[in-house]
Amino acid sequence: MSRYTSATDADRAAMLEAIGVASVDDLFADIPEKLRLTRALDLPAGLAEQEVYAHLRALAARNVSAADEISFVGAGMYDHYVPALVDAIALRSEFLTPYTPYQPEISQGGLQVMFEYQTAISELTGLPVSNASVYEGPSAVGAAGYVARTANKRPKFVASAGLHPHSLETLRTMSHGYGTEVVELPLRDGATDPDALAAAVDDDTGAVFLQQPNFLGAIEDLDALAPAAKATGALLVVAADPIPLALLKPPGESGADLVVGEGQPLGNRLDFGGPSFGFFAATEALLRRMPGRIAGETTDVDGRRGFVLTLQTREQHIRREKATSNICTAQALNALCGMVYLAWLGRRGMVELAELLVQRTAYARATLGALDGVALLHEQPVVREFALRLDAPAERVRERCFEHGIDPGLPLEGDGLLVAITEQRSRADIDRLAEVLGAAVREERRERAAV
Amino acid sequence: MNEPLSDNRLHTDPEIEGFRPIARRDPAVQTAQQRDRATTIYERSVEGRRAFVPPALDVPEQPLDELIPARLRRSEGPKLPEISEPEIVRHYVRLSTRNFHLDEGFYPLGSCTMKHNPKLHERVAALDGFARLHPLQHPSKAQGALELMWRLQGALGEIAGLPHVSLQPSAGSHGELAGVLLTRAYHEDRGEQRTKVLTPDTAHGTNPATVTMAGYEVVKVATADDGGVDVEDLRAKADDQVACLMLTNPNTLGLWDRRIEEIAAIVHDVGATLYYDGANLNAVVGISRPGDIGFDIVHFNLHKTFTQPHGGGGPGAGPIAVSDRIEPYLPRPQVVRRAPENGGEPRFDLDYDRPKSIGRLRGFQGNFGTFVRSYAYIRSLGAEGLREMSETAVLNANYLLAKLRENGVAEHLPAAYDRICMHEFVLSGAPAKRDLKVKTLDVAKRLLDHNVHPPTVYFPLLVDEALLVEPTETETRETLDHFAAVLRDVLDEAAEDPDVARDAPYTTPVRRLDEAGAAKRPVIRQPL
Repeated sequence: MSRYTSATDADRAAMLEAIGVASVDDLFADIPEKLRLTRALDLPAGLAEQEVYAHLRALAARNVSAADEISFVGAGMYDHYVPALVDAIALRSEFLTPYTPYQPEISQGGLQVMFEYQTAISELTGLPVSNASVYEGPSAVGAAGYVARTANKRPKFVASAGLHPHSLETLRTMSHGYGTEVVELPLRDGATDPDALAAAVDDDTGAVFLQQPNFLGAIEDLDALAPAAKATGALLVVAADPIPLALLKPPGESGADLVVGEGQPLGNRLDFGGPSFGFFAATEALLRRMPGRIAGETTDVDGRRGFVLTLQTREQHIRREKATSNICTAQALNALCGMVYLAWLGRRGMVELAELLVQRTAYARATLGALDGVALLHEQPVVREFALRLDAPAERVRERCFEHGIDPGLPLEGDGLLVAITEQRSRADIDRLAEVLGAAVREERRERAAV
Repeated sequence: MNEPLSDNRLHTDPEIEGFRPIARRDPAVQTAQQRDRATTIYERSVEGRRAFVPPALDVPEQPLDELIPARLRRSEGPKLPEISEPEIVRHYVRLSTRNFHLDEGFYPLGSCTMKHNPKLHERVAALDGFARLHPLQHPSKAQGALELMWRLQGALGEIAGLPHVSLQPSAGSHGELAGVLLTRAYHEDRGEQRTKVLTPDTAHGTNPATVTMAGYEVVKVATADDGGVDVEDLRAKADDQVACLMLTNPNTLGLWDRRIEEIAAIVHDVGATLYYDGANLNAVVGISRPGDIGFDIVHFNLHKTFTQPHGGGGPGAGPIAVSDRIEPYLPRPQVVRRAPENGGEPRFDLDYDRPKSIGRLRGFQGNFGTFVRSYAYIRSLGAEGLREMSETAVLNANYLLAKLRENGVAEHLPAAYDRICMHEFVLSGAPAKRDLKVKTLDVAKRLLDHNVHPPTVYFPLLVDEALLVEPTETETRETLDHFAAVLRDVLDEAAEDPDVARDAPYTTPVRRLDEAGAAKRPVIRQPL
């Protein structure tokens, strides 16, 4: 018996009679006999709700979440506190269960949230145009590449190695389709080097990709990099972490043409990687090349203020093969969580949060950097994440820390360790990390010395 | 799915034919909601108010200038609203009441499969072990999540009849992009450079848009009189430059393509791949499998067939299932189960060692939270329940179509293809427009006053004044009867006075909106 349906045997009989067929099978008469599945799907039988709940609960219990250990892993997604307010709003049926707002008269709630969200993203990024969300961070970088491709049709992208590896790989996957080559630019002292960038950019370069702060946590000097990136007319794309943007110069003010990024830090849970949302902001000049939904303000026939999906002639359902993107379903509910979170933080709160992260991160960086066998991978200024170099195998050090209920951060190639701080990691947690990490490195070095 | 810019000039320009104010348009007669002018959260901001209280600073404070040089910082903080928690709640709850939603009423939006979203799913997706699991957690400490993904891959593979599944794509269109890039990788690996992808003229707009993004030329295939692919046209266009045919079956007319075997043979004969757009999979789960028909690549819309709440425009997920010949190119990482050599419990892992992979399409492992919900759904329904799901979806659609014939709606809104449909059907509004002087848009807008979400309008493009109706399996017979009766009322009313529908809606929080003006002078953020 199917769950969540209502048709009784009596309903079914009456409905078949109204249709004028003898059986449900007759409704599938168009499907040739040999293309029909003559057996049941090889799947387990259905379960009662409490059985499904128990099964899922058991699976969840086999994961070690950020609630079960002290984790310093970030690298694109961060264990920020998600206020109860966000759940209370996002779980309302009115926001949870509608489709994309194709009928604006009965979708004003969702449309106005999009408008408010676009306004907030413009504030954070320093760019006048924002869409209503894309899937997530790395694919937003890929989408920015496609905008550049359609804007100037040049055959090459230059991407800083400071880009998140997933962004770089996604950009390569997507650009392979339309035949644009991606050239990776190595970092120098943990940051992108303006001279090296200037040398890498030429008339064939369609776009330059930077990340702020970069994958190693370093704040990039966008004012110095932007002129080099744009010297030959390439678009400058900056992938940004939204929380540091409370303090950092908005990339749009430094000359970025597109600012995109992973929205998870804004009120979205970790969810093992998604769903979250990608934000996507652009200059006015690129407005009509934007992917995705955009909400706009207008009036109704009686003069009331209202909101609609606008500039739809960019989109796939109108423009088809000439659309600026194929995106349809995006991440509206996650963007709503982001907007509610930003309203909760508020104008002063977001700055205070970011400043707290800067202070705790500075403390953690100094404390860990002083450990024996641990050095800073770079000395660039950082906001909430920094990279260490261990004089020991990083993967094994991490596993040693696991035994003490600590995840010290993400191991990087060459025995690096990327450490992230959120407001949920206190000084006591950082001190404990220092103790456990110090001991783990010591043990590994001792073992190596013994061999 | 499809909503062209409405012709709002009709409602603002007295010079245009058909403009006739009627009593009900009097702006003085307003509902309480209509009186309540939209105010944004920024307009509610008052300096000094706040909701967030930061945790105490527990480390020695250093001057900010020493940590981050001033030239790298912004001159002032972003101008976010200043507002207290109770006022944030009031604001967003007020906004929520201005949304129609599936939990409130019937939502027969064709091609969108607006079925009930079980409440259990939100509970299980919110378990800490899932919700607070970091995507870069060591696989040994994410065994439950990886096992869930592995099991979901298996279930989707069985449903599609294609053994290899990637959960990575984040929506149907993202799955399509994956599929076309897989096709490219497959041909390139064979030393072939093909240039074209075929899409029927009934296809969702995402299909041709995807083809362009993946660097191919779109070639349209015509539709035959019975609503299926025009096989002669297909035969004429299928050549060795064709990389793929993207097909939705049942198609967007709600019809099963009776010549599907022939179509598959033509496509395979020229060495192209056959792509199954799973937007309409809800019609055939447990009844027919794309893999058994000869499709090479399938995408699923978890937010349609497998009931992810749509959230007002996402999140969704668009996993893909593929045949053996496409498998080497799947995105990485893949979730795998490894049996230990010395026996014992199998371990689940992320496999990056896939040298022919097209690479990543996004960060991390995909929209995992949607996997939890869809997996819970598949376990709740089981094999039998899934089949009954599709059977009931098709039963409901055909019953509604029968009711519309029976009560005379079909006289003005006839089925575009008069045959047994699958899970959805298309009505043509052309006779209503001609005889009653109401367009499909007017019918849709008048439905809003009945607290019913209109069908998808003006799609598929092939049908004049189209209304695409998909009731889904979770609606009762009474709801379908009610919808049929409401449509009847709207048409009867139009027969007496078409202006009633032409000026509708009247009772919604706002009335028809000036979409043309919004696009001409875009205001897409609030000046702060």
